[in-house]
Amino acid sequence: MSMMTRDATGTRGRRMRELAFRGMTLLALVLVVGPAAWILIGVVARAVPHWQWSVLVTPTSGATGGLSQDIVGTLVLMAGVLVVAGTLGILAGVYLSELAPPTSSGRAGGRLFRSATEVLSGVPSITLGFVAYVALVVGLHWGFSLLPAVIVLSVMVIPYIAKSTETALSQVPTGYREGAEALGMSPSYSLRKIVIRSAIPGVVTGLLLALAIAGGETAPLLLTAGNTSSYPTGALLHQPIGYLTYPVWTFYNYPSDQAHYLAYDAALILVVIVMVLLVVSRVIVARTQRHAEGGRG
Amino acid sequence: MALTGRDAGAVPASPPGLGTGRNSVFRRMSSFGRSHETWAWKWTGWAAAAVPLFALTFTVIVLLVKAWPSIRVNGGFFVSGSAWKPGNTYGATVYTHGVAHPLGSSYGAWPLIVGTLQTSGIAVVLALPISLGAAFALTEQLPSWLARPLAFAVEILAGIPSVIIGLWGVLTLGPYLAQHVYPIIADHVPDVPVLRYFRNPVGHGEGLATSGIVLALMIIPIITATTRDLFVQVPPLPKEGAIALGMTNSEVARRMTIPWVRSGIIGATVLGLGRALGETIAVAMVSGAALNTIAPNIYGTMGTIAAAIVTQLDSAYTDGTGFAVSALAEAALVLAAITIAANVIARLIINRTSRNGAPVGRGI
Repeated sequence: MSMMTRDATGTRGRRMRELAFRGMTLLALVLVVGPAAWILIGVVARAVPHWQWSVLVTPTSGATGGLSQDIVGTLVLMAGVLVVAGTLGILAGVYLSELAPPTSSGRAGGRLFRSATEVLSGVPSITLGFVAYVALVVGLHWGFSLLPAVIVLSVMVIPYIAKSTETALSQVPTGYREGAEALGMSPSYSLRKIVIRSAIPGVVTGLLLALAIAGGETAPLLLTAGNTSSYPTGALLHQPIGYLTYPVWTFYNYPSDQAHYLAYDAALILVVIVMVLLVVSRVIVARTQRHAEGGRG
Repeated sequence: MALTGRDAGAVPASPPGLGTGRNSVFRRMSSFGRSHETWAWKWTGWAAAAVPLFALTFTVIVLLVKAWPSIRVNGGFFVSGSAWKPGNTYGATVYTHGVAHPLGSSYGAWPLIVGTLQTSGIAVVLALPISLGAAFALTEQLPSWLARPLAFAVEILAGIPSVIIGLWGVLTLGPYLAQHVYPIIADHVPDVPVLRYFRNPVGHGEGLATSGIVLALMIIPIITATTRDLFVQVPPLPKEGAIALGMTNSEVARRMTIPWVRSGIIGATVLGLGRALGETIAVAMVSGAALNTIAPNIYGTMGTIAAAIVTQLDSAYTDGTGFAVSALAEAALVLAAITIAANVIARLIINRTSRNGAPVGRGI
């Protein structure tokens, strides 16, 4: 028979706490995934009833028309960020991970740069946009244009790229580097051919995430890229550029239904772009993990 | 000259001109290129790594220079005063401490500071338990075929642009909460000192509570992702030992896993706090973007520093003396100071707690 010890009652209480714990963690997960689904479904549900494919090819005129110049503008901005922040971020990540000379106490080098990078990633985007507006758009008389927008977005995004590059490089097995050195390869050759090549999936994932962040930014672009209804001309200065977050921010509380529909359509296109980037980066991660599990690391 | 035994394996003297074998010009060129390639990697890498530091100092310097007139005139009133007054921008220009500004202008940002801290505080209080619970569910409780798509759903939430979350907050979440959730709370809360804050009026969904909830949704993915990575790194042997001794999953979680990664969780939370402090667009849309009010109850409209900057910058340029822009620069400086302070405190906490090695927890 069961012994009526204190453990028996304790067991019942502990079992209930365990059930409560399981229930609460699952509830927490629902509270995270539920709103995410709600947001996506809400965006689609508002945009689809009034969707017209002409929105993709017609530019905006006033608060009606289409969104084509904003789509092109967003893609141009993302390309600019890819080139500028991608190069600088990857180089910075490589430096911080591989090439910074150790300090005199033997710890990893580049600590000042790394701390600055982390602090920079915490600075709000509105602050960087404000500084770019005051210093570049107004101060240097560049006006609302492509160059200050790309500069601001790149500065915002370089910490993410540098950190993901550093992480990807740190996951390259040390055996690769040691083997390369044993075979007599110079540091730069092994860096280029072995180490970076193995880290490319992680680096690409970081780049895609950075593009998603840059494409979804509003506040710094409001202050550096301005707004326009004409396509980007490729001019770096004095020519404002449109971007998809602008109609969402400005048109959502205009008193016209057409403006609202444009806002929802822009939200839908943005969501599609971001989802494509996220899915592609997930596929890359899954593909390389399969390789890592299948091969011998 | 014939090679003797000792010299047989030695490298022959390099002949002049093009050279042969190991000393050929082509070999020397490529080794020239290789050592210079390392040099090129190192120094372009150094320059690239210096960009964030340069950007940070540039930001601080520009903000200080731009904010100086406002600091000079408003002084301590900026952080204690409750009135954000641009004054009469079409009227006379007045000089205080040598700085030109419109008559009647004085900028007090205390309501904005309070609004910023309130929304971020609510966001962190809501987000931390939900993120920890979700991270537990994803790493320890769900089978991996279910956990991976759900983890992807969390990533999606992280990637949704903030303007779209703000749009959803204004159009869907705010009205829903104001019609279905807030009245239930507001009607049944007793008139007691602290809970009084939760009573009516409920408003239309734009205000402090909705802003806090929206911000919580935005920082949950950050904390969840970091915590998930931390939980995966907890070594399985102590946990298995605990389970073998009869501890339930909740006890293992509470007494082993969380203490093990406590400093990482704190770091992740402060990272989320930093994101919440700086979030501009979603809060500007959902909070009502008021300049001079502290929310009278939890549903009231208010403003944050970031929302004020983004909504006021256009009109600030109508002030010909530049004083309004200077006030906004000082506001941005205050915001940057708060965020950087939070970041530095997080780093100090992490360094201090992780110096003790991996704590095992009190219950063992």
